[in-house]
Amino acid sequence: MDVNDFRGLLTAVTLFAFVGLWIWAWSSRRKADFDASAALPLEEDNYMPNNERENI
Amino acid sequence: MDTTATYNDTVVRQFTIMTVVWGIVGMLVGVLIAAQLMWPQLNFDLPFLTYSRLRPLHTNAVIFAFGGSALFATSYYVVQRTCHVRLAFNKLAAFTFWGWQAIIVLAAVTLPLGITQGKEYAELEWPIDLLIAVVWVAYAVVFFSTIGMRRIKHIYVANWFYGAFIITVAVLHIFNNLAVPVSLTKSYTIYTGVVDGMMQWWYGHNAVGFFLTAGFLGMMYYFVPKQAGRPVYSYRLSVVHFWSLIAVYMWAGPHHLHYTSLPDWAQTLGMVFSIVLLAPSWGGMINGIMTLSGAWHKLRSDPILKFMIVALSFYGMSTFEGPMMSIKTVNALSHYTEWTIGHVHSGALGWVAMMTIGSVYSLLPRLYNRDSMHSIKLIDAHFWTSTIGVVLYAVSMWVAGIGEGLMSRAVNADGTLTYAFIEILASKYPYYGMRLVGGLVFFSGMIIMAYNVWRTVSEKKPVPVAVMDPA
Repeated sequence: MDVNDFRGLLTAVTLFAFVGLWIWAWSSRRKADFDASAALPLEEDNYMPNNERENI
Repeated sequence: MDTTATYNDTVVRQFTIMTVVWGIVGMLVGVLIAAQLMWPQLNFDLPFLTYSRLRPLHTNAVIFAFGGSALFATSYYVVQRTCHVRLAFNKLAAFTFWGWQAIIVLAAVTLPLGITQGKEYAELEWPIDLLIAVVWVAYAVVFFSTIGMRRIKHIYVANWFYGAFIITVAVLHIFNNLAVPVSLTKSYTIYTGVVDGMMQWWYGHNAVGFFLTAGFLGMMYYFVPKQAGRPVYSYRLSVVHFWSLIAVYMWAGPHHLHYTSLPDWAQTLGMVFSIVLLAPSWGGMINGIMTLSGAWHKLRSDPILKFMIVALSFYGMSTFEGPMMSIKTVNALSHYTEWTIGHVHSGALGWVAMMTIGSVYSLLPRLYNRDSMHSIKLIDAHFWTSTIGVVLYAVSMWVAGIGEGLMSRAVNADGTLTYAFIEILASKYPYYGMRLVGGLVFFSGMIIMAYNVWRTVSEKKPVPVAVMDPA
């Protein structure tokens, strides 16, 4: 196997990985996890009560 | 009290404040060198004030000091909030702050002294490069250890972008800066000839791709949903465009070397990958804009969202313009002209700076236990100065650059050049003035920001924030 076979193989592998990525990402089994993740930035901070404020 | 019960916001606050400080310094140097292009006597015949020495100071200050501090600050904030865990290694995190500031100060001293490797965006000499490598590895250890300790199953998409940025910048920095030192202030690169050029622009373009794009997309993926109060529009799209972006960006560097001694196939490869890059870039832009969509009514009252929507628009525009400029025939006109400067600044001011400014305005009140910045009106004023400034800047450089490109290639019937260099320079002169005005207007917004930030942080004491329970 010379380097060009390797190059061709790499192109094929990358192509399948790309298509696989779409299938993985669009799979309905991911939906619940993804929806939970998509909402992560919306969580709000809990500030510590006054009596525990010494340790910043 | 359990120290892991609160987030480490100290280091976030430090980096956030320094983001504003270095933004002002870096942009002030930019304004000065823009003025020097109009009035060269502004270097006062002092070597350390010459354009050639201040220009790398400007680029290093805005990219690595301003942009870098913003990325440290927001990545440290975002990784803690989205992993529900305190930042790993307090002391190492503090070291990354002080180390990064030391590097910036060393750059600010050595570059005006003319100590340089002569590599664009990698000018700093080898002792500083070593320090950068150490600080960067510490950054990676802090960031990825925090991810490793996360109490949420999934790694949030912003962290993927930040993580890719941290890993890639380490690789780029180390390999592009491999050099043989001959003294404390002088080294020679181990690469020769066109290989050196190829390494340099592999580094240079991925600095754009990972420092100025992936890192800031991480920022976008946290602060845009946060500020809009809406979840990420399509999380699936974010996954696909992340992997596509990092896979494709690596190959785009050769478009900086069109029509050079770089082998033609490598130039074409760079061009093709640059064009492909439009898709994953616009994936990010579409996801950001669609996340904002549905919150349009908030634009009327929230200038922070205005910063973000304009930043995303400029991101979309410059990631269209970039692939177009990488096409060889377009590049034949645009390369080595002011068009490139216009392109870079529509990305750097329009996308990077405006996304940073919006995120800092969103982040700062949370870091200082306030509901909002001291003055919303001043944020709005800053928004308009930024927008007008970047438009003036970009338009003047586009016009100057296209004119310059056309004049440079004009030939007479007998094959001689129509225009002398000085004629082309004279044609650009008015646009240099317009650019200077644009830069000054943008800079004035940073002064407004500094006042607003100072009032915000001086009025209330910061309060520790409890780490959120695992989801």
